[in-house]
Amino acid sequence: MSNTDPDLVCRDLTKDFDDFRAVDHVSFEVPRGSFFSILGPSGCGKTTLLRMIAGFQSPTSGDLRIKGKSMIGVPPNKRPVSMVFQHLALFPTMNIGDNVGFGLRQRGVGRADIARRVDEVLARVGLPGVSARRVDQLSGGQKQRVAIARCMVLEPDVLLLDEPLGALDLKLREHMKVELKSLQAAFNTTFVYITHDQSEALVMSDNIAVMNHGRFEQIGAPHEVYHAPDTAFVAGFVGDANRIDAKVAAVNGAMLTLTSDAGTKMKVEAAGAGLSVGQDAQVFLRPEAIELSTSKDSFAEDRNASQCTVNSVLFNGANSSVIVRDAAGNLISVAMPQTGTIADLRAGDTVFTGWRPDKARCYPAAGA
Amino acid sequence: MGSDTSNHASKFGFYLLLAPILLWLVVLIILPHVGLFVVSISEKVGPREYETGLGNYATFFGEPLYWRTFARTAIMSVLATALTLILGFPIAYYIAKLTRGRTKNTLFLMCMIPFWVSELVRTFGWMILLRETGVISTVLQRTGLISGPVELLYNDAAIMVGLVYTSILFMVVPLVTTLDSLDDSLIEAGYDLGGTSTSILREIVIPHAMPGIVSGCIVVFMLSLGNYLTPILLGGKDSLWFTGMIYTQFITRFNWELGSALGFLLLALSSGIVFLGLKLSKQSLSDTMGRT
Repeated sequence: MSNTDPDLVCRDLTKDFDDFRAVDHVSFEVPRGSFFSILGPSGCGKTTLLRMIAGFQSPTSGDLRIKGKSMIGVPPNKRPVSMVFQHLALFPTMNIGDNVGFGLRQRGVGRADIARRVDEVLARVGLPGVSARRVDQLSGGQKQRVAIARCMVLEPDVLLLDEPLGALDLKLREHMKVELKSLQAAFNTTFVYITHDQSEALVMSDNIAVMNHGRFEQIGAPHEVYHAPDTAFVAGFVGDANRIDAKVAAVNGAMLTLTSDAGTKMKVEAAGAGLSVGQDAQVFLRPEAIELSTSKDSFAEDRNASQCTVNSVLFNGANSSVIVRDAAGNLISVAMPQTGTIADLRAGDTVFTGWRPDKARCYPAAGA
Repeated sequence: MGSDTSNHASKFGFYLLLAPILLWLVVLIILPHVGLFVVSISEKVGPREYETGLGNYATFFGEPLYWRTFARTAIMSVLATALTLILGFPIAYYIAKLTRGRTKNTLFLMCMIPFWVSELVRTFGWMILLRETGVISTVLQRTGLISGPVELLYNDAAIMVGLVYTSILFMVVPLVTTLDSLDDSLIEAGYDLGGTSTSILREIVIPHAMPGIVSGCIVVFMLSLGNYLTPILLGGKDSLWFTGMIYTQFITRFNWELGSALGFLLLALSSGIVFLGLKLSKQSLSDTMGRT
């Protein structure tokens, strides 16, 4: 076995509940030392998948291997994985040191050795000398780090994280994102992280799997998932996007001409979308892919340009956006250019929008 | 002025709401105990002639039957409490952690149902089962396991069975309440970190359930120690239960002075053992009793 073997391999993993398939033939590999996120809306089966990896649920079919060894039938206390629970599950009846040392005690490690390793790992997560404190004396972010330390002290092959940032407030969550990523780099352990928050997944992950209805829609690096989504679901779920329902009017190689349901014509470069003339399609367009201008002439020939009216301006610092209404009456969200060229937009103003055909993504409409 | 009257009104309301509990405490608990104490320290020196002194307490310590019964009652009650805990814990754990929704409510109700029947009737139920001509004895004879009738009543085991049966609900209820509040993810985290069922029970479940265990034990111990019906009916005339002895002093012997002294000693005993139990389990009375 070479050193580049993946730490975690799932093959056709399926989990059926009474009348409902929670996880449907999921296959993936997580390379050693990487940060892997499973991103999906609530109820998509990501928690079930994680609990199968941890061993709390057994798959209906399929195989699950950690470091090359099949984990089917292995109870959670015998698996080389540790889990950071959604609400952390720190033991409130024990102090921090006993919490972190719990796993080592179960392994029968000597008392002095436990104390040394607990102090060591607490120092590594940036909380030296808190051993004697009670759980309720720590802040949210500190508890988070204790929960990670409690797992890392056991040196697991894979660390599972079940939306651990969900309970934190926004500022702290932003901070912990960066910190989790650097902790992962420091420990060089394989992290499997599940979340419904796309920004968490995009910021921290080496690879993201987007999950919906028990299936993986796409597995890829954050930029691939963001810029080249495989399916309409991924395009709509990861990042903001304007969705336009349209019908294919003409196909010219990779270049499609579509007519939106409201009658606007547009060109989209979509190689391999497998669309033919007359088919219903969905076009996804990122707000930052749309340029704004006060005159139509400023756009190059190949742009999809149209005249719009400003519906509202949503000021949010660097993330400000403008909602415009096109001639057909559709509302389109456009990112406000940060160059300050058109900073004084008011509701009711007339603007022109333009976007490059290769900036949009086009998929067959659902059910088509 | 306005705030003054409303202040008076709210104070009046406070005392009005407090009145029942105060009345209950003063009239039914404190006054009888003061009376009992006064009686217990009066020695009869002649017809209708009394002297203040600790003679009644001295009688208790001078007569081995009294203090041996006293010790026996205490030990049996502690034993009954321990047995109730050992039997009640798995039941409570099953109800609180392993069942959901309807099943949980049904099981809880099933624990409760026997208590709709008077304690006297329930104890007679045990007598029907255990006596010489009772169900168990008859069945054993029919199946040929024993040749003659066997008397299962009137021994310590019968008393113990009755005590545990009578008080198990009072153990199960506080235990279910505390175990219910134990987050399942804590148990899962324990397994995830390599714990075994035993170590998780010892390090996570029991420490969490400690307030429930202690409050259940206090209630069961008090009920057993002060139980009169069960030991007398299942243990017979020679059951040697301390409450029976107090009853004898008051009703049969008309020796209210000694009876009061014995009553006070029982109070001291129960307080002492509860105090000891709280110290050993490092719990405080207000914590454990306030939570359930």
